[in-house]
Amino acid sequence: MLIAPILLPLLSMVILIFTRRWLVFQQTFSLLATIMLTVISLTLLLDINTNGIITIQMGSWPAPYGITLIGDLLASIMLLTTSFVAIVVMIYSPGFIDRERQTAGYYPLVFGLLMGVNGAFLTGDIFNLYVWYEVMLTSSFVLIALGGSAEQLRGSVKYVTISFVASIFFVSAIGIIYGQTGTLNMADLAYKMRTWDDMPYINSGLMLFFIAFSIKSALFPFFFWLPASYHTPPVAITALFAGTLTKVGIYTMIRFFSLFVVQDVVFWKTFLLVIAGLTMSIGVMMAASQFDIRKILSFHIISQVGYMVMGLAIFTVNSVAAAIYFTVHNMLSKTNTFLAGGLVYQRSGSYDLKYLGGLYKTMPFLAILFFVPAMSLAGIPPLPGFFGKFFLIKGGFEAGQYVITAVAILVGLFTLFSMIKIWNEAYWKKEPDDMPEPGPVSKGTLVATALLAAAVVALGVFAGPVMEVCHAAALQVTSPEVYIEAVLGN
Amino acid sequence: MRPMLVILSLVVLYRGHNEPGGGFIGGLMLGAAYILYAMAFGVNKTQKSIFFSPVNLTATGLLVALLSGVPALLAGDVFMTGEWVTFFAYSAFELKLGTPLLFDVGVYLAVAGMLMLVMFSIMEE
Repeated sequence: MLIAPILLPLLSMVILIFTRRWLVFQQTFSLLATIMLTVISLTLLLDINTNGIITIQMGSWPAPYGITLIGDLLASIMLLTTSFVAIVVMIYSPGFIDRERQTAGYYPLVFGLLMGVNGAFLTGDIFNLYVWYEVMLTSSFVLIALGGSAEQLRGSVKYVTISFVASIFFVSAIGIIYGQTGTLNMADLAYKMRTWDDMPYINSGLMLFFIAFSIKSALFPFFFWLPASYHTPPVAITALFAGTLTKVGIYTMIRFFSLFVVQDVVFWKTFLLVIAGLTMSIGVMMAASQFDIRKILSFHIISQVGYMVMGLAIFTVNSVAAAIYFTVHNMLSKTNTFLAGGLVYQRSGSYDLKYLGGLYKTMPFLAILFFVPAMSLAGIPPLPGFFGKFFLIKGGFEAGQYVITAVAILVGLFTLFSMIKIWNEAYWKKEPDDMPEPGPVSKGTLVATALLAAAVVALGVFAGPVMEVCHAAALQVTSPEVYIEAVLGN
Repeated sequence: MRPMLVILSLVVLYRGHNEPGGGFIGGLMLGAAYILYAMAFGVNKTQKSIFFSPVNLTATGLLVALLSGVPALLAGDVFMTGEWVTFFAYSAFELKLGTPLLFDVGVYLAVAGMLMLVMFSIMEE
């Protein structure tokens, strides 16, 4: 059962490669496959919630020698959110991405990406994690360059280069850790780190890991590649990336912090707090100075990732639960804002705020679809962004981390500012004279965006129950003994 | 050269489980066979002489590798557990076939297909 979220995308990818010329089949099949993936993830989540952590040993090779797959609550929450985002993107894509790109392998690549993402969530082995990262990145390289417009190629060169650099750091770190401990199984490694006294190079290994993951999740000071490349492909692809890719980096960071940070805990916490603060504030300030919708939103990804790291760095049960809730909220809301930005583009042919205006008057429904996720990101109750930030700030105060909490509150204000800026410029401002002729907005894209907006609202309305699950997940994360025991027995 | 390389690649594939060799190397050799052919006679003629497209070959490889995990499920073991069948046991031609070999066949096809895909599109430029 635990392997299904990896196998299903692989099987779908193979089927979609064989049928790559039949457009309608591709669209329908992709939608059905993502729905099935969501159902599977949901059953997994329910199962793990009642019965505890599930593990399987691939090929019956026992841990710590074979490759372990392990599903805990955190992993299954992420799986569920990812597959839901995938459904929405699959509904959105047929009406937005041009036919040429769709038949050039868009659908198989999306499933390649999903396979990598799901694999990274479920694996319990560091080298295997690296392989899933590569699966995910290779698909994303092609997706970002798919279609091959000059702007896309410019963006993808930066993206590919920086990803390779991150991979080098990742592999070197694995090498150092393996040389020190002789094991790659995450639970075994965590156990050894807790029982062995003398491990001189562990911190340097962890620092290399940190650099690798912070490049992938766009933390300060490694965020520069994201706004330089994310806005280039069609917005459906950007939305998928925003909803899944950077969050895998955060997920891995939570996992590694919980399992491997045993020595010098105080240093790592302070270090991550400083990084989180800088990421939040610099991201939001850069966003405030942009005029392209996609660029504003790209910079906001960075700023929001800072919040998640803040919750992780405080590392109490409450703050980690808040970070998990915030991650889920962000995956939904961020994807939703990108999709709504895509609708604006379909309607008026531009992403540039200077050439937009009057959309509230001409298309009020479209305005609402943007308003919901944007206000959620800005943190207005009763939308989930409010609860996410509220729990994070509460966690921060409880742990006595006043500086970072103050920064978080301030950054929230700036976020509100730049969301209102998009709102003012694109929706409320008087229509500019030279605005291009209005284009048609396809039904699929509207339905997809509305569905996601409904999910965002639901996440806010049912914040209580969702938070309970996140709390249980955070309990598992903050007590890694459970994880170790699930894999190794005693 | 081409038939020889193809046969050699199959040999390397089969002995790969216990001795040096395997699906990846075998796949590279198979791909090399067709790339050499394409260098001599051009990409168009090569593509006409093979009845599959490299993309489909890669996909078939993935499918075979995926299916190699299924017998273990049917036998009630964890996915990808090695299941072996031996033909002509204890004779001079002992032939051991099993799911790890099937997985290697998948790798073999996928690598060869990918290599051809990349090289053909570079050579066409």
